[in-house]
Amino acid sequence: MSYGKKDLISIRDLTKSDMLYFLETAKEFKKISLKDIKKVPTLRGKTVINLFYEPSTRTKASFEIAQKRLSADSLNIVISQSSVTKGETLSDTVLNLESMKPDAFVVRHYDSGAPYLVSRITNAVTINAGDGINEHPTQCLLDIMTILENKKDINSLKVAIIGDIYHSRVARSDIYGLLKFGANIYLYGPYTLLPKFIEVENNVKVAKSMEEALKDADVIIMLRIQKERMSLNFIPSIEEYRSFFKLTKDLMFLARKDAIVLHPGPVNRDTEISGEIMNSNRSVILKQVENGIAVRMACLYILLGSRSKTI
Amino acid sequence: MKTVVLTNDTIDSIIEGIIDGIIRSIPDLDNTVIVGIKGGGVLFANLIHKGIKNLRNIDCQLGYVDMTLYRDDPFMVKKNIKSTELPFDITDKNIILADDVIYSGRTIRAAIDELLDFGRPKSIKLAVLIDRGGRELPICPDFTGRKVRASENEEIEVTLSGKNKTVEKILKK
Repeated sequence: MSYGKKDLISIRDLTKSDMLYFLETAKEFKKISLKDIKKVPTLRGKTVINLFYEPSTRTKASFEIAQKRLSADSLNIVISQSSVTKGETLSDTVLNLESMKPDAFVVRHYDSGAPYLVSRITNAVTINAGDGINEHPTQCLLDIMTILENKKDINSLKVAIIGDIYHSRVARSDIYGLLKFGANIYLYGPYTLLPKFIEVENNVKVAKSMEEALKDADVIIMLRIQKERMSLNFIPSIEEYRSFFKLTKDLMFLARKDAIVLHPGPVNRDTEISGEIMNSNRSVILKQVENGIAVRMACLYILLGSRSKTI
Repeated sequence: MKTVVLTNDTIDSIIEGIIDGIIRSIPDLDNTVIVGIKGGGVLFANLIHKGIKNLRNIDCQLGYVDMTLYRDDPFMVKKNIKSTELPFDITDKNIILADDVIYSGRTIRAAIDELLDFGRPKSIKLAVLIDRGGRELPICPDFTGRKVRASENEEIEVTLSGKNKTVEKILKK
């Protein structure tokens, strides 16, 4: 198998078999993190620039560790200490960094579409590490990897995605990705935080209550209220959100006995999900983080690897 | 164009010779593990393992390495990564590294590098069924089955599965 594209910008650009190729590769890379010497020489001599315009703990650490475990040289541009604060535009920043001959950019940006713009102006591989309210393709891959470690097949599983769907790039990527695997997706959240785009998809339903969304669910993906993206008042108060949209132990009984709970992080503990569930064995949140490294190693390996012929 | 170089009985007796050599030169077989290089070395390693078990009643541990991530050629995704399977600690073990054909020596270099990332073995010895010459690195097998001359545009194909064991020389187009 191979992957013919230069970049990873949207999960929509990947076929199901592309996704399986990334996941099979990730499965092998997962083993490297379990060895005493957690490093292979595969990407030696390759330079990867991490360009994060937004705060990030998991994604940034995960990409950086993935680069280090593959022996790539990684460089982190801290935007708050960069020339961006002096007024340099994104494209100028990228063109200047491009002159330093990097092999890949990993881009996180508050504007939807920014990684796509970067991919158009650079010859280097560009990986979307989350753009605005658009997409987060590597999160989708690691979510699917985590689900497949717990469920034999995603086809016809009931997946409930609950919370601030509108502002969630994870929800978008997960929906696009999971649909390719044949999941039945139920969305639920405050009416103001449910986007219009979902209405066109056949296997995506909008539930009318927490109970409908959770009933017999196999997989529950909880999302965070993204206060930083809310310039308008989408919800009356966090207190009210808690009482209507928090996943509690009582609600978990509606889901299937073997249902698993995912959350892309960061979690607002006891706002969208009770601490009790996070600490229980139903939660695979930390497995998602573990798989994140393997998925990002696979992305770097596949994308940089298929490039070398032409460089 | 294919030329059959070796067949069943000859291959069997060559492998017996290699096993005999291993038994004679490694005194502490109890502390020895056999590691095949994926793909061609897998069946060869299995045969060595079986031979030692039959002759000495010692069940050596058996593992496999896939050296894709340790290659030295201009990096390119050529194939899917297969699993390295070393379900035991190799520290202070004698390792018999097995591959069907040795050519440039680069695969062996990569496999040794990978093994050393798993621990510090007491020794690594190399067993190959066919040495086709053409070494590009200073690597020399400890146990060689047969030397077969082959030019750059020829490939050596080894089949060890089932009863139809063959070694063939194939002229590349």
